[in-house]
Amino acid sequence: MIKYFFRRLFTFVLSLALASIVIFSLVEIAPGDPASFMLGINAQPDTIAALRSELGLDQPKINRYFDWIGGMLTGDFGISYTYRTNVTEMVGDRLWVSLPLALYALFLSTVIAIPTGIYAAAKRGKTGDFAVISATQLGIAIPNFWFAIILVGIFAIKLQWFSAGGFSGWKDGLFNGITSLTLPAIALALPQAAILSRVMRSALIETLGEDYIRTARAKGLSSSQTIWTHALRNALIPVLTIIGLQFSFLLAGAIIIEQVFYLPGLGRLVFQAITQRDLIVVESVVMLLVFAVILVNFIVDITYMLVDPRLRQDSI
Amino acid sequence: MTLLSVRNLSVAIHEKPIVKDISFNLGTGEILALTGESGSGKSISALALMGLLPLGSKKGGIINFDGNDLNKISENKFCKLRGKKISMVFQEPMTALNPLKNIGRQISETLVQHKACAPSELKNRVRNIMDRVGLSGIDPSRFPHQLSGGQRQRVVIAMAVCLEPSILIADEPTTALDVTTQAKILELLKKFAEQDGISIILITHDLAIVANIANYLILMKEGILVDQGEPKKVFRDLAHPYTKKLFSASSQKLILKENEISEGKLLEVNSVSVNYKSHNRGLFSKGTSIEAVSDVSFDIKRGERLGLVGESGSGKSTLTRTILGLQSTSSGYIKFEGKKISKDNRSFKKNIQVVFQDPYGSFNPRHKVERLIAEPFFALGKEAPHETEQKSIVKEMLEEVGLPLNSTEKYIHEFSGGQRQRIAIARALVIKPKLIIFDEAVSALDLSIRNQILKLISDLTERHGLSYLFISHDLTVIENITEKCLVMNNGKIVEQGQTKQILNDPRNEYTHSLIDAAPKFPEFGHA
Amino acid sequence: MIRPSTSLQFGILLCLIPMIMATISFFWQPFDVTELNISNRLKPVSLTHPFGTDHFGRDMLSMIMVGAQTSISVAFVAVGIGVLFGVPLGLFAANWRGGFIDDGIMRFNDLVFAFPSLVIAILITAIAGPSAFNAIVAIGIFNIPVFARISRGAALSLWQREFILSAQVAGKTGLRISTEHVLPNLMHILIVQATIQFSLGILAEAGLSYIGLGAQPPTPSWGRMLADAQTMVSLAPRLAIVPGVAIIITVLGLNLLGDGLRDALDPKLRGSMKK
Repeated sequence: MIKYFFRRLFTFVLSLALASIVIFSLVEIAPGDPASFMLGINAQPDTIAALRSELGLDQPKINRYFDWIGGMLTGDFGISYTYRTNVTEMVGDRLWVSLPLALYALFLSTVIAIPTGIYAAAKRGKTGDFAVISATQLGIAIPNFWFAIILVGIFAIKLQWFSAGGFSGWKDGLFNGITSLTLPAIALALPQAAILSRVMRSALIETLGEDYIRTARAKGLSSSQTIWTHALRNALIPVLTIIGLQFSFLLAGAIIIEQVFYLPGLGRLVFQAITQRDLIVVESVVMLLVFAVILVNFIVDITYMLVDPRLRQDSI
Repeated sequence: MTLLSVRNLSVAIHEKPIVKDISFNLGTGEILALTGESGSGKSISALALMGLLPLGSKKGGIINFDGNDLNKISENKFCKLRGKKISMVFQEPMTALNPLKNIGRQISETLVQHKACAPSELKNRVRNIMDRVGLSGIDPSRFPHQLSGGQRQRVVIAMAVCLEPSILIADEPTTALDVTTQAKILELLKKFAEQDGISIILITHDLAIVANIANYLILMKEGILVDQGEPKKVFRDLAHPYTKKLFSASSQKLILKENEISEGKLLEVNSVSVNYKSHNRGLFSKGTSIEAVSDVSFDIKRGERLGLVGESGSGKSTLTRTILGLQSTSSGYIKFEGKKISKDNRSFKKNIQVVFQDPYGSFNPRHKVERLIAEPFFALGKEAPHETEQKSIVKEMLEEVGLPLNSTEKYIHEFSGGQRQRIAIARALVIKPKLIIFDEAVSALDLSIRNQILKLISDLTERHGLSYLFISHDLTVIENITEKCLVMNNGKIVEQGQTKQILNDPRNEYTHSLIDAAPKFPEFGHA
Repeated sequence: MIRPSTSLQFGILLCLIPMIMATISFFWQPFDVTELNISNRLKPVSLTHPFGTDHFGRDMLSMIMVGAQTSISVAFVAVGIGVLFGVPLGLFAANWRGGFIDDGIMRFNDLVFAFPSLVIAILITAIAGPSAFNAIVAIGIFNIPVFARISRGAALSLWQREFILSAQVAGKTGLRISTEHVLPNLMHILIVQATIQFSLGILAEAGLSYIGLGAQPPTPSWGRMLADAQTMVSLAPRLAIVPGVAIIITVLGLNLLGDGLRDALDPKLRGSMKK
């Protein structure tokens, strides 16, 4: 068990290191000098040079890389080129929108998908299963931003139940915050719920085909008992991976939804930063998102270890 | 007293009739053998008795048990009977247990399900039944992956008998196990029949097991009952032609024709050891080294037919791969016709060919038979004959193995298991090798087919002057097809010599236990 | 041998709609999509304009047809990139399994998967300039590890089969075995995965176009039609609904096609398992 944990930990750190190098390189190769971009077309060469020196852009790449890493480890993400404010603060503010949104969407997705997936597997081949399969097929095909636009059209504009966009912040109260995030969360959650439901269904169907289910039936357990006491736990293992993947996707994939709803989240931040050549912000946000993905994978792996006794042996 | 009465049972799966019409009775304390070849419908009949038929099944007939017709009772009622009055043990012990739960919990599940005792008593009862099935040294908190196949099967048996059911159905319970373990499990089942008065329906294709253990047997063929009665009587009278056919297949002895043996070693295996690094390579450990083959030495002369007896884990597969040059030796050497074999030296490869065990997996499903049989020509490199000549050689081979010439245009899935092995043999012969390795080549075949293939092998090798190494765990096969043999255990050769002598008078303890464990046909008073 | 299931039939039917539209639009469009005709704006559904016109007076049907070209070609080439680079990677990894190459390819896969594809796609298209070509590259890059992983997984299990051992006995090398024996037996899995990645590609292209990073005006694309329609969703919901439905039909069709193909091509269902 210990060996498994340390191996995963090592992979975790290694992945982070590699990812940071890739991100740094990608952003560095990006054409367009931030300084010239910021000062405009008519700027003089020496003004540009001065700005570059001020921003530290004339340092050798290796130095800048380690400065960046060192800064991140101490919580200092640098100063934004465009806004001249602390990147950590900017990111922090946005995180309070993106993170709750992703969690909200994940919650909705899971709450819809798991029961429907189980239901479909239990009623395999019958009408109930067919209904779920058709619904999920449709759900996967729907682009989430289109669904968002339709939701806004119906629920915000026509019915006026929700606002059409914007987010005033959590200071106005928990309820207000959640309401503004509801339509976006639903839009995000729909296709994810469809995917997750299918995964749950197929994982459960496959588990129900295993020999030990037959053994359980032979002991006198009914069909539904075998689902709850034997199949579900085993089937949840692959489902767990997908939930982990979905969280990462929701965090990053919310970019487009944030555009639809004018939400001040990480997505819009990184999008604007890219167009403004604000490299520091881009690097930091992308690194943060990658960190989230790698962290979630790590947590999922550790959860496997807790759930599956075969992984606790040292023979792995 | 009749416990179970089956009348005109029929089962169709997706409109296809699998069990057509069978009727039989089971008495208290009886061991009934339900036997037949694959496809006879015996497993499906058993599943019908348990009400565990797969989706899309339609059943007919009456199953009288405990005052109920099992074909008509509700699922709810059936659940109350399963595990308590009627239980089942299945064939594959490796997958029969939930990998995420420990064995104690899985055993107690039967007790809890039927509310058989107070929760405080559970621990004791589990311990009790585990001891009775021969798992006295095992902690119930262990998980299935920590147990061997034989131990897992004992756990399954424990789950099935702990409530002392009236009937225990055992579907090929020992087929997936080693010969030595097989005997022990059968003993165990017999013990429960005698001590607890449990009636057993034993499903098996092995007639020797039937002869030794069953009070009554039922022979099925393609869903119908063709013969039944006490084994002694059935095997003596051989009333039905199918019975006769199966019986002679099980007990027949092949007479090997004399083969000319020339001096000079064809294959020389000299003190060969092969080590494996297991995949335990962690970041902080080097992984353990497993010695799969340990100081093995033997020769095969031209014309010799050598057998290799070994159970799984004995090292025989590793040895085979090493002889084929697919694995390097850690120490010692192998010479073919005087030249050393190594992974890089391909020249010997045109002289050694293989026939594998699995008639399904040994062919690429996407290639036509002609291409499949012709594949070894690649080993001849530049010396390979022209394409047209290759085609005619392939046709020749098909004739030799007794298959129609139009087989060349077909795909492998269009053939039966026995036919596929013929194709495999054709493939092995096509470049006229000097040595063929038969790796459990008949183990996956039905009894009646097996002997045909063995006879084919015997005829062909005599006609072409071939030598072979025949690997099998089945002593009857070894007896029929080899003159000399080796016995392998844990990577070492524990005995070698003339086959007849070793089987009649083994010197080594392991060989002795193998021979004892193998079920034998008693004499039935006819030639 | 192949019994067309309902999924397959439906899938093919649905896919044909955008495919046919795209093909026809190469040669003929009802109206010119590059011409803006403000006086004709927001005309409702009629015989001349089966889907009406948009806020610039362009015929919606023509826009959809040409948009189909964009979406399909981007997604198709992106899948091509994934297959061309990913499948060999997977085969190599399986061939030299357990060694450095295998490890390296797996690490590469994991690394690419760690990056949020949308963010990187935006990065690439925003930096290299928005265009259909860059969208293809951005989406295609993320198809590579998908195909690498799936090829490697399936290939590894094939390498355990005895017919591979047979080929080795005949003296064939790893590379030859990979092409002659392994690859043909992977095809059915790859085809199904390709349809899935194709449908994901359509969605990705729509998303990128929506935020302005795909094919640029005047080339129509379904995603951008949705962006334009957003402000008018209460005025003329048709503008938002039509492109959305087009996307849904295409993606749904591809998914159903994939499902149908998976069942039809499954080698386990071929022939009877006689003994």
